[in-house]
Amino acid sequence: MPTPYFRPLDVESIRKDFPIFATTPPLAFLDNAASTQTPRPVVEAMDSYYDTYRSNIHRGIYRISEEATEQYERARDKVAQLINAPRSRQIVFTRNTTESINLVAYSWGSANIQEGDEIVLTVMEHHSNLVPWQLLAQRTGAVLRFMEITDEGLLDFTQLQDLLTEKTKLVAIGHVSNVLGTINPIQSIITAAHAVGAKVVVDAAQSVPHFQVDVQQLDCDFLAFSGHKMCGPTGIGVLYGKVELLEEMPPFLGGGSMIRSVERDISSYAELPAKFEAGTPSIAEAIGLGHTVDYITQANLAALQVHEQELLKYAHHRLQDIEGITLYGPSSPHQKAGVISFNLEGIHPHDVAGVLDTHGIAVRAGHHCAQPLMKWLDVIATVRASFYLYNTIEEVDRLYEGLCRTQKLLTRRRK
Amino acid sequence: MNIYQEELLDHYENPSNYGTLPNPDISHEEDNPLCGDRIRIDLIVEDDIITEVRFSGHGCTISQAAASMLTEEIDGKSLTEVKKLTRDDILDMVGIPLGPVRLKCALLALKVLKAGAYGIKGWPGEEDK
Ligand SMILES: Cc1ncc(COP(=O)(O)O)c(C=O)c1O
Repeated sequence: MPTPYFRPLDVESIRKDFPIFATTPPLAFLDNAASTQTPRPVVEAMDSYYDTYRSNIHRGIYRISEEATEQYERARDKVAQLINAPRSRQIVFTRNTTESINLVAYSWGSANIQEGDEIVLTVMEHHSNLVPWQLLAQRTGAVLRFMEITDEGLLDFTQLQDLLTEKTKLVAIGHVSNVLGTINPIQSIITAAHAVGAKVVVDAAQSVPHFQVDVQQLDCDFLAFSGHKMCGPTGIGVLYGKVELLEEMPPFLGGGSMIRSVERDISSYAELPAKFEAGTPSIAEAIGLGHTVDYITQANLAALQVHEQELLKYAHHRLQDIEGITLYGPSSPHQKAGVISFNLEGIHPHDVAGVLDTHGIAVRAGHHCAQPLMKWLDVIATVRASFYLYNTIEEVDRLYEGLCRTQKLLTRRRK
Repeated sequence: MNIYQEELLDHYENPSNYGTLPNPDISHEEDNPLCGDRIRIDLIVEDDIITEVRFSGHGCTISQAAASMLTEEIDGKSLTEVKKLTRDDILDMVGIPLGPVRLKCALLALKVLKAGAYGIKGWPGEEDK
């Protein structure tokens, strides 16, 4: 198949959309796996809602409320297109990935999981794709089972056959590890899970922002992601689900908007997706997310992925030369999204991040909400740099130099 | 202001009162599970006066330097005085503004001291926030 042609990212002009980079020296923002910056067009779209048609949705019989409703629903259409969902009503707006996964755990989980059933996870899950299942297991008596990883930080497929049995009711798996950057081959896991009759939830918090994800091709049953990790606002997330599953599921939160009619003792519920959107939602943020989808698709997700690969390759190349550095995760950047985790010998990760901060470089240091993975790596914390479409090769150079200075400053006498 | 000031780094590299005591009257150790900082403080107390103090452990510069500064501060003081130390006293000693995450690192030693000496749980100074 010929590689489709696309223009490379025009990073210089992209950076102009982000006023936060206008300082001298510019902020080197390398904590994109935690949350990304928001470009002007997205902020302006939200401003325009606040300035010109601010109102609630789905209820006003007046013009600006109709406008708000229309924009809110248009955002849903754009999100559906982004992940190739067959219908827009399969897109439920939530606050974030965490809420999306909890929705599945409470609603689908409570109706479908029983004592002795097994839920399969991996040791590299983010807490938000782990704790909801722990809670479900505690409520129901289900059992959690874990796919281990190899020394390279890849999923250990030799175990899969043992893990997936007729007891397996659900597989919950991260598409991309927020610590190691590993891109998991979820397609084959989904196929294997379906073969034993299990459903699959994909935590796509670190994949949808970075490359094309197609829910029909993957055939996943649920998929969750957050707006704030893809240049969108905070407070808006997405749950995609297969129609037949979403329709069968009981509501998650009860209240306004999610009902058809309400009696004193009982109610009937609204159609999808309203059934899962109780109360006034994050209207401005949903509209902002719609414009975020426009922004990253205009930049071109394929070009974005190539750009991040370049940054990652260069970062691997530079950082591995530093004496006393340990890089975690796959040694080949091809198996990774734009995340690089490491430690400098004898220096606490907080201090690495602290010194880098004094040079205007923002990286994350900590357990990255993945404590079981930290335990597996046998570290308390790591330093993590993560890239997005506005990052540059010069910023990787600054990271490298910052790390050398950190070593000079802190590797003096004491261990 | 840069948190990596010379004074702080000096305490990190050449900490005062580093080590353990063979027969301490009070010995207590705690960690901050979020970042893995760990501090133990040993005290010899005679008539309510701290006559010897040592700390040991590992962690980031802030947690270790703050522990070193705190041991200097309490050496020779009475437990009654020590009980009055607050988070603001620690911040004064450290002498630089700290964000919420690093604040916990700075306060770990005081937390260990108070828990060891008085069984006071919780982050020190939380009551006067
Ligand atoms: C892999 C992964 N899953 C889930 C989350 C949780 O996202 P949120 O905090 O937006 O719910 C994150 C980010 O923190 C993540 O990296």
